[in-house]
Amino acid sequence: MLDHELINRTLGTALRTGGEFAEVFVEDKRSSSAMLDDGRVEELTSGRDRGAGIRVVVGETTGFAHTADLTEAGLANAAEAAAAAARGGGGGVREVSVTRVDGPRPTPARIPPEDVAKATKVELLSLADAAARAQGSAITQVSARYGDSRRRILVANSDGLLAEDDQVRTLFSVSCVATGDTGLQTGRESTGRTVGFELFDEADVEEMARTAAGRAITKLSARPAPSGAMPVVVGPGGGGVLFHEACGHGLEADLVAKSASVFAGRVGEEVATPLITLIDDGTMAGEWGHFTIDDEGRPAARNVLIQDGVLTDYMWDHLRARKEGRPSSGNGRRQSYQHLPMVRMTNTYISNGSDEPADIISGTESGVYVAELGGGQVNTATGDFVFGMTEAYLIENGEITEPIREGNLIGNGPEVLTRIDALGNDFAMGSPGTCGKDGQGVPVGDGTPTLRVTSLTIGGTAA
Amino acid sequence: MAELIDIANRVAGWALEGEAVEAFVVHQRETEIRAYEGDVESLTSAESQGIGVRVVAHGRQGYAYAGTLDQRALEETLREARDNATFAEPDEFNGLAEPDGVEPADLDLFDASMADFPTDEKVALAIELERLTRAADSRISGIESAEYVDSRYESAVATSTGISSLTRETGCYLSAYSLAEADGETQTGFGFSIGRGPGMLDPAKAAADAAERATRLLGAVKPETGRVTVVLDPWVTAQLLGIIGHTLTGDAVQRGRSLFADRVGEQVAVADLVLVDDATDPAAFTASMVDGEGLATRSTSLIDGGVLQGFLHNSYSARRGGTRSTGSAVRGGFKGAPGVGAQALTLRPGTRSQAELIAGIDDGLLVQGVAGLHSGVNPVSGDFSTGAEGLRIRNGELAEPVRELTIASTIQRLLLDIEGIGADLEWLPMSAAGVSVVVADVTMSGA
Repeated sequence: MLDHELINRTLGTALRTGGEFAEVFVEDKRSSSAMLDDGRVEELTSGRDRGAGIRVVVGETTGFAHTADLTEAGLANAAEAAAAAARGGGGGVREVSVTRVDGPRPTPARIPPEDVAKATKVELLSLADAAARAQGSAITQVSARYGDSRRRILVANSDGLLAEDDQVRTLFSVSCVATGDTGLQTGRESTGRTVGFELFDEADVEEMARTAAGRAITKLSARPAPSGAMPVVVGPGGGGVLFHEACGHGLEADLVAKSASVFAGRVGEEVATPLITLIDDGTMAGEWGHFTIDDEGRPAARNVLIQDGVLTDYMWDHLRARKEGRPSSGNGRRQSYQHLPMVRMTNTYISNGSDEPADIISGTESGVYVAELGGGQVNTATGDFVFGMTEAYLIENGEITEPIREGNLIGNGPEVLTRIDALGNDFAMGSPGTCGKDGQGVPVGDGTPTLRVTSLTIGGTAA
Repeated sequence: MAELIDIANRVAGWALEGEAVEAFVVHQRETEIRAYEGDVESLTSAESQGIGVRVVAHGRQGYAYAGTLDQRALEETLREARDNATFAEPDEFNGLAEPDGVEPADLDLFDASMADFPTDEKVALAIELERLTRAADSRISGIESAEYVDSRYESAVATSTGISSLTRETGCYLSAYSLAEADGETQTGFGFSIGRGPGMLDPAKAAADAAERATRLLGAVKPETGRVTVVLDPWVTAQLLGIIGHTLTGDAVQRGRSLFADRVGEQVAVADLVLVDDATDPAAFTASMVDGEGLATRSTSLIDGGVLQGFLHNSYSARRGGTRSTGSAVRGGFKGAPGVGAQALTLRPGTRSQAELIAGIDDGLLVQGVAGLHSGVNPVSGDFSTGAEGLRIRNGELAEPVRELTIASTIQRLLLDIEGIGADLEWLPMSAAGVSVVVADVTMSGA
């Protein structure tokens, strides 16, 4: 993407004010999307973003600048700006020579999205619209979105590292509105993978549309969600976000370093029931949070964070790992070349247990079954987290009965981890997500088998 | 670099016979400084630009963007938008805004001193903010972040239908997230100060707020489940208004996604409630002279005397609804076509202070902060459930702090259950103003 000599000169400029570490991150990202709403393919959008972010580290200070100008002059200006931002004591000239790392090679997309005719992409939207509306006249509105992106990155730093990746992602989602006597309800289904257009070899957009429509229609007869603390059974796949919020963020080393995490200083301790093994794994080919190298050039890795209930490690980026004198865990990510990297999750999941899912439900006298979760949020310092239930049912006398309306669940991460008393053998990955942190969004995956939390607070309105 | 307006006009001028072209061009400079333990943790100096082009031809719309303004990219982007349009289905209401004779309000949104404010002084402000926050209370145990951020933003919209408008604005803020600790328990709080220029920033206020919000939650317990009267802090009200704003757009109504569709002229809120969206209010931090399509912003009455007055419109939803744009086209940057949205929502304030509102409540909850609004509130169905923290109200006074609870109702009920609005109107860094609001009969879920 950039000439090696130009990279070397740019890193040299970046180090001129005494920087201890310098890095050039080059990104060239093309995106395209198509949107159907209100029965019509409304619009296609496509675009390109290309530029470089340069960071210089001196002591505890990081200087950062970015530019869309990838000429020698543009890169030199950005390097000088980053260097000025991180002024060191020293100065002088430091030669840098980057060498290509024989790291893992990116898996090429089998069908690159740019090779697919726009008309073919648009056709998927109309199929989904028709399939959703065929579910009944209660479906009064349908929107569907197709999106793809190809993100090529190059990372080079003053340690001599040079690495590249080529990340292709494809996404499809359907949202429906159902109208009934009780008002409007919504249902959504989405799939997204780090693959090309071959996504649709497996993903059946009509089936997705029927699922989304079914969720909206089911909720028309939903009762208000109960309120108060009760047992909650979380279904396979869609429940993974629970752990993303309950403990994933709290295991990010940047938050741990500032004591802004309830899990700070607890490595080696039993933080969860022995049923729980939590893994963050950027190597899971095809998954939404997958990549070959992270945005600091480090190969993706499989990191066990909690093993049989015991906290084994945090997630690390270059800066935090360097300070501790250990390698990064491949969790340094950024939204774009305009952002500084920080510690981020990739694909975070709870590995399989041995219980039969049906036994978990029948063994629950009364409570709530959550089939699908929406977004969540956590305060890592207190451990308190919330997430939305987008498809949930009452459990009465050991059986899943009536659907309940949307609401939030609230819990405390460290407490919830110790209250999981059943773990199923039906592991599945959930829907593709965008994780937000400090204003930066990155694609993440999560997954879990069916599990039961003995007590979580359901935020409904019914007594 | 060429003037933005010239670039926008040039691209719009490339429109072919039978098509309409809109060019939206932005240029932004930003500085972000984070302080930690008395030193600079990171300093980002950023300059970014981009163009978004919308083409409407034969009722079909296409959009394309590029993160650069070089000549070749401008031409390519237009070509791509034109090509994209051929794959969309036609809609008779598609089109661009046209000049409507409304003069933009004369607002001073650009503080020229920002350009000359030295980086060293920005650094000093961030470090001072961190120091003041740590010093504000002996129970402050750490800082999650303390930062100074400023931006100089310029954008131009030009169309082949006669729109040509330029916006320039500056803004800056200080924000601090603090950690407070007592008896092994940690709580967090935030504080901020915002202004058009650095002269308006008040690090002491930001630090004091961050410290107080964290320390007053120390010792918080999980409350019993029940129904209570809640007082929403201005910060919480503003976030809630932002969500209600989504339901009051012509777009949501026309697409069958608004719980307020078909309700114009009906009583949707308590009798004395007045809700206005007014981006011409210079006190609003989101004030602007023109909207995302280059039309003058204006004041739009949404609810008056509790009665629904109408909806917000951009040029598309106005055409489709047989009405005029309310100057409510909003953009989330240059990477997408404009939608419709509120820009500066405000409730008409009452006459009582928050303390006076609290004094009238026997059994209640002051909601200091909410979490998960984006996942817990469904603006289509109106279902409302959010994580919350705050202080219990007993016999007219603030009592013990509470955490790990949710409050729930529906948007429909909530507007009818309002029992009081405070005098403490405050513009916040979002598209709505905050004010204390009392709501009766809200479900509080806890233990």
